[in-house]
Amino acid sequence: MSVLAFAEVAEGKIKKASFEAAYYAAKTAELAGTEAVAVVLGAASNEELASLGAYGITKVYHANDARFANFDSKAYAKAVSEAANSFGASIVVLSFNPSGKLLAPRVAVRLKAGYIAGAGELPIIEGTKLTAGKNVYSGKAKAYLETSTDKKVLAVSPNSLSPVKGSGTASVEAFSPAVSDADFGTVVKSVDKLTGSVPLTEADLVVSAGRGLKGPENWGMIEELAKEMGAATACSRAVSDVDWRPHHEHVGQTGFTVKPNLYIAVGISGAIQHLAGVNQSKVIVVINTDPEAPFFKAADYGIVGDAFEVVPKLIEEYKKFKAA
Amino acid sequence: MKILVPISKVPDTTSKIAFTDNNSKFSTDNVQFIMNPTDEWYALTKAIELKEQQGGEVVVINVGLAENEQIIRKALAIGADSAVRVDFDAADAYQVAEEIASYAKTGGFDLIITGKETIDFNSFQVGGMVAEFLDWNAVSLASVLTVEGNKANVTRDIEGGTETVEITLPAVVGATKDLAQARIPNMKGIMSARTKPLTVVVPTSSGALTKVASFELPSKAKECKYVQADNVGELVRLLHEEAKVI
Ligand SMILES: Cc1cc2nc3c(=O)[nH]c(=O)nc-3n(C[C@H](O)[C@H](O)[C@H](O)COP(=O)(O)OP(=O)(O)OC[C@H]3O[C@@H](n4cnc5c(N)ncnc54)[C@H](O)[C@@H]3O)c2cc1C
Repeated sequence: MSVLAFAEVAEGKIKKASFEAAYYAAKTAELAGTEAVAVVLGAASNEELASLGAYGITKVYHANDARFANFDSKAYAKAVSEAANSFGASIVVLSFNPSGKLLAPRVAVRLKAGYIAGAGELPIIEGTKLTAGKNVYSGKAKAYLETSTDKKVLAVSPNSLSPVKGSGTASVEAFSPAVSDADFGTVVKSVDKLTGSVPLTEADLVVSAGRGLKGPENWGMIEELAKEMGAATACSRAVSDVDWRPHHEHVGQTGFTVKPNLYIAVGISGAIQHLAGVNQSKVIVVINTDPEAPFFKAADYGIVGDAFEVVPKLIEEYKKFKAA
Repeated sequence: MKILVPISKVPDTTSKIAFTDNNSKFSTDNVQFIMNPTDEWYALTKAIELKEQQGGEVVVINVGLAENEQIIRKALAIGADSAVRVDFDAADAYQVAEEIASYAKTGGFDLIITGKETIDFNSFQVGGMVAEFLDWNAVSLASVLTVEGNKANVTRDIEGGTETVEITLPAVVGATKDLAQARIPNMKGIMSARTKPLTVVVPTSSGALTKVASFELPSKAKECKYVQADNVGELVRLLHEEAKVI
């Protein structure tokens, strides 16, 4: 018996979200009194693979097969499930990131495993029963889901844990899953990465603004603050709907869900659908002229004031803080 | 082209969430139910757009009891050709997916378009599970979808950007925002929805694999600490020293 983490690589590097999944797997293995191993599909250096050891993985099974260079949910599901079966894993842990969201349910069906999607904390293990908490109703409540199947699949919501990096290294062993060319049905044609900015869903700090900014020409100060802080920028739907900001910045129930350490909301009223995408942030700061804005109810820190005065001051104060 | 669109019923986005029976059941008191927004706005309308461009048929499927016919009729009013309801109160996503897949096997479908996650459990499970039950290709978080012959080009969200892939049909595509232009049912659609075929089928799925042990509401509202607008330096200090996030 073991706990198996799926660690995803992009351009030879293990994704940040996968280190978190590895850490989650290692902690779960501690709770279950067993060890945590990992499976990696596609090219990566031995050094990169061994670095999973710093998060508690003892051994990495590496399928160094060029066909895995791009994410293909069908072929990946076969390979990860085979790893789980071959290496005696009773729990498989993935990140609830864009690819994990599709891969995890496929793996669960292959293994006929109970699947807990988007777990936000470590599980409770009692005999064959595993229980884990996750946010439901768009963050308005939490559900504890339980499963007692022989094999179990868990996808951990990104930014749920603060992985602690140790000094261990993992051993690496080759793995040749039985996937045929016919299992690969996805061909990547092009990739369009936003350059020069922090990806919103991976950001630790997010600066977001809404209709209170009056017009797209006023976003300069938001971008400047984000740049100073190394934060990603986001916006409300009201703003992306009228094309003041690009759609990939829209957060909320119908946009992206973010879970940064710090979410700064400027000139956003805090409608329930907006909060649904941001209420899992660790700390929320709200800047709004209206003391009655609903967002203050979800805030940790608030400034009742005009964004056009407060944000420039905040940039200045942040610069001072950084220089100190 | 024959397209299947699974639709699910969820509490309206503004619903107040409460639980009964010792926090084990969702309280439906005063809750209005709607079609899951991404199912309706993007998955269903994309299927209708494809049909309008290329001909074919759009079938919606819902796994649920008779009370769900309200959202099924809405899907027909928006433009689906026919509907299937699997008469089953499923206990988890695995059962829902198993039912949808077993119906899909009978139908000669080229494409299944799902929404994103449902706004109740936010679990993002059904599309991937259906794909695996059918051993089909799948792409999720799709914001662009075009079909030519037995190939689909799909643009999907990845961390910090998008990726465009080509997949071979049959396939499952999961929608995200902007996949299609949402539509409001018109009077003609509402009238015709009454007479479009709605078939009720009996469930076949095996047991559920997961269950809800309990629900929990956030313990209490957050206490907001206010900082004066002319004392912004204090906010920076608090974020650093107290909240420790910068
Ligand atoms: C089904 C459904 C789904 C939805 N999904 C989403 C979603 O995913 N994400 C989302 O964001 N919304 C969503 N919405 C829309 C949501 O209900 C709100 O309409 C939207 O979030 C409002 O955006 P806003 O806060 O930018 O604008 P407003 O509500 O207009 O708020 C502007 C705020 O700015 C403040 N303000 C004005 N001037 C200043 C100033 N000078 N300085 C500081 N503050 C100022 C005002 O006091 C006000 O609070 C959805 C709605 C529905 C019905």
